[in-house]
Amino acid sequence: MLVYLSTVSRPVADEPGPGPRRRRFAMVSGNVVALGTVSLITDVSAEMVAAVLPLYLVLGLHLSPVAFGVLDGVHTGATALLRVVGGFAADRFRRRKLIAGVGYALSAVAKLGLLLAGRSIPAIGAVIAVDRLGKGVRSAPRDALITLSTPPEALGRAFGVHRAMDSVGAFLGPLAAFAVLLVVGQSYDAVFVTSFCVAALAVVVLVLFVREQPAGEAADGSNDPKVSVREAFGLLRGGPARRLVLAATMLGLATIGDGFVYLLLQRRLDLGLRWFPLLAVGTSLAYLVLAAPLGVLADRIGRLPVVIGGYTALGATYLLLAGPVDGWPLIALTLTLYGAFYAATDGVLIALAGPVLPARLRTTGIALVQTGQALAYLVSSVLFGLAWQAWGPENAIRAAALTVAGVLVGTLLLLASPSRLTTRKVPR
Amino acid sequence: MTAMSTRAKLAVVVASAVLLGAVAAGYTATAAEAPRTPPPAGGEQAVTLAPGPRLLAITDRHVSTVAATDPAGPRTVAGLECLRVYAAAGTGVCLKPESAWSYQVVVLDATLRETRAVSVPGLPNRARVSASGRMVSWTTFVGGDSYTSGGFSTRTGILDTRTGATVASLEGFAITRDGRGYRNPDVNYWGVTFTADDNRFYATMSTGAKRYLVRGDLAARTVETLKENVECPSLSPDGARLAFKEAVDADPAKGWRLSVLDLSSMRVSATAETRSVDDQAAWLNDGKLAYTLRRDDGQPDVWSVPADGSGTPTLVIPGAESPSPLT
Repeated sequence: MLVYLSTVSRPVADEPGPGPRRRRFAMVSGNVVALGTVSLITDVSAEMVAAVLPLYLVLGLHLSPVAFGVLDGVHTGATALLRVVGGFAADRFRRRKLIAGVGYALSAVAKLGLLLAGRSIPAIGAVIAVDRLGKGVRSAPRDALITLSTPPEALGRAFGVHRAMDSVGAFLGPLAAFAVLLVVGQSYDAVFVTSFCVAALAVVVLVLFVREQPAGEAADGSNDPKVSVREAFGLLRGGPARRLVLAATMLGLATIGDGFVYLLLQRRLDLGLRWFPLLAVGTSLAYLVLAAPLGVLADRIGRLPVVIGGYTALGATYLLLAGPVDGWPLIALTLTLYGAFYAATDGVLIALAGPVLPARLRTTGIALVQTGQALAYLVSSVLFGLAWQAWGPENAIRAAALTVAGVLVGTLLLLASPSRLTTRKVPR
Repeated sequence: MTAMSTRAKLAVVVASAVLLGAVAAGYTATAAEAPRTPPPAGGEQAVTLAPGPRLLAITDRHVSTVAATDPAGPRTVAGLECLRVYAAAGTGVCLKPESAWSYQVVVLDATLRETRAVSVPGLPNRARVSASGRMVSWTTFVGGDSYTSGGFSTRTGILDTRTGATVASLEGFAITRDGRGYRNPDVNYWGVTFTADDNRFYATMSTGAKRYLVRGDLAARTVETLKENVECPSLSPDGARLAFKEAVDADPAKGWRLSVLDLSSMRVSATAETRSVDDQAAWLNDGKLAYTLRRDDGQPDVWSVPADGSGTPTLVIPGAESPSPLT
């Protein structure tokens, strides 16, 4: 019953029919809007907590910063591995919605966990780990659902709309936290409870409105043999999928992390802490505004050129941080370019990857791409820290800009082969 | 699961939103009703920073004083809200909330009137006034100055109340480490304590995952390292010893031991306080230290212990923090 309903009511058909030109202007599918709504609400919740967590730990719990540093341990490696496992499970059992839902639910529960953890540092560390785990688990199935509910030629737009909705949430979160604190003063637990309620609402929306999106797959694919581990490894054995994962990992090496970018800006301008969170808000704003247009652009001129353009914007951001521009123009330019970088790469890279990955293994493939990026990002952040110490911030950021240039050349060599990646659209 | 109509689904979402919204609003309302401000016992005028046999401390985020002879007894609480407070010779410093995200260093006269205010980045951590009441210093934690997303770094500033000259951050000072010039962008300072000449000071400097005791010269804008693993120094009234917190086995994760360094012999002796003390201790007199300890639920208490390693810790002011003798 459900299968039948979702098949006929799907607004945008998956099969590349004879009218791509007409569809280019169609709305994104209902499933994308639903997933975007879930992301939006979840991001409000997540950013509420992110905005007050340092205040809570230092002023609420009176933890010393050193103790807090211990919290920020080695969760990242573990969550990266679990992300791939989750992606594979989603493909094998064709339960992408379920796995995504588990991820959203884990993060929601983690908000309440902060209340229960009290002043115990290991408990707080565990709660933060659960939250990150939830985020790691849900991203790949969510993006796979987006690709599976969107015709290949409209993927850029779909991801653009999704990421724009996502960043609206990121934008509203700190404001919501601020509003709660205005009412309750220093009672950070009220922020956590509110954040939990918001996250729980997102799970409700996911359960009710997001479809597994059979796309005919459940009807005729249910008889296919289940995805095997060997098949999953096959993704890395060669062909365009491996090139993609390699390229994504390399691109991850080019990013040094938001913290560094904002820190460099703060040092250049000697901004106070109260302005510091606004730097991230500025980037989100640029991302929010540019995500959808750049996604549409990617569908028209090709996704690779837009991704390349995005990383060029990143290189320009780094150069600005060591350049002669100062004052408000520096802030405005840096944050706009930085937001443009995210808008041109975050969703577009997955839109680029989607059609290359076989539908059966799409979640696994997306998880691999995201994991490769995340791990490379970890490495690049550590390397940048070392470079900063050795050469000073200005030279380190120049070196980062140089790295971006090198990585771009490598990416072009990997992806700009005469493959379908460079064509304006995937074959009709 | 049978298919629901879109209308039914929307109804469920709206119902969930109302329910969850009610939970959030209800919790927020109770949280907001919790008493945040203690009723001032004697009004603003009653708390003074004039030297006398009283102790200054913070009670439930508000400046308060108690009699030195009966510190657990009746308390005078002012309306002034501070996260850290310290006073000497009739001058006070208060790290005061400006908004949920920002703080001010406020210099107070003996009647708690603000004579100066400096907005500072970061979350308040340490505050000190030199024995003469002239020099004021503070330390805040600044988010984002770190390689990890959750890391913090510190900013330490000094204000000369006589000239108004302000050093917003010590990080520009020239460093001599182990006798040689040293530069590194990861340098952080915290916990300043002044000497009697109002120019030289001691502080903690951290760089490359090590923490040093440094002696600084404000006029010359220099610091030099004296010893490793000394944090939050506090100079005794006679200027001969530094109380500080020492990381157990040089590993802060193992806790802090309240100890005293003899400046002439550079010998360290631990106090009888064996619990982990993460505070810049205050000298009540040449023989006694006061410091804040937190209970399991986070509530602070002010404790005291002899500086010479003898005796046992005693609870001085229950439910208070940030102790300072009014000298």
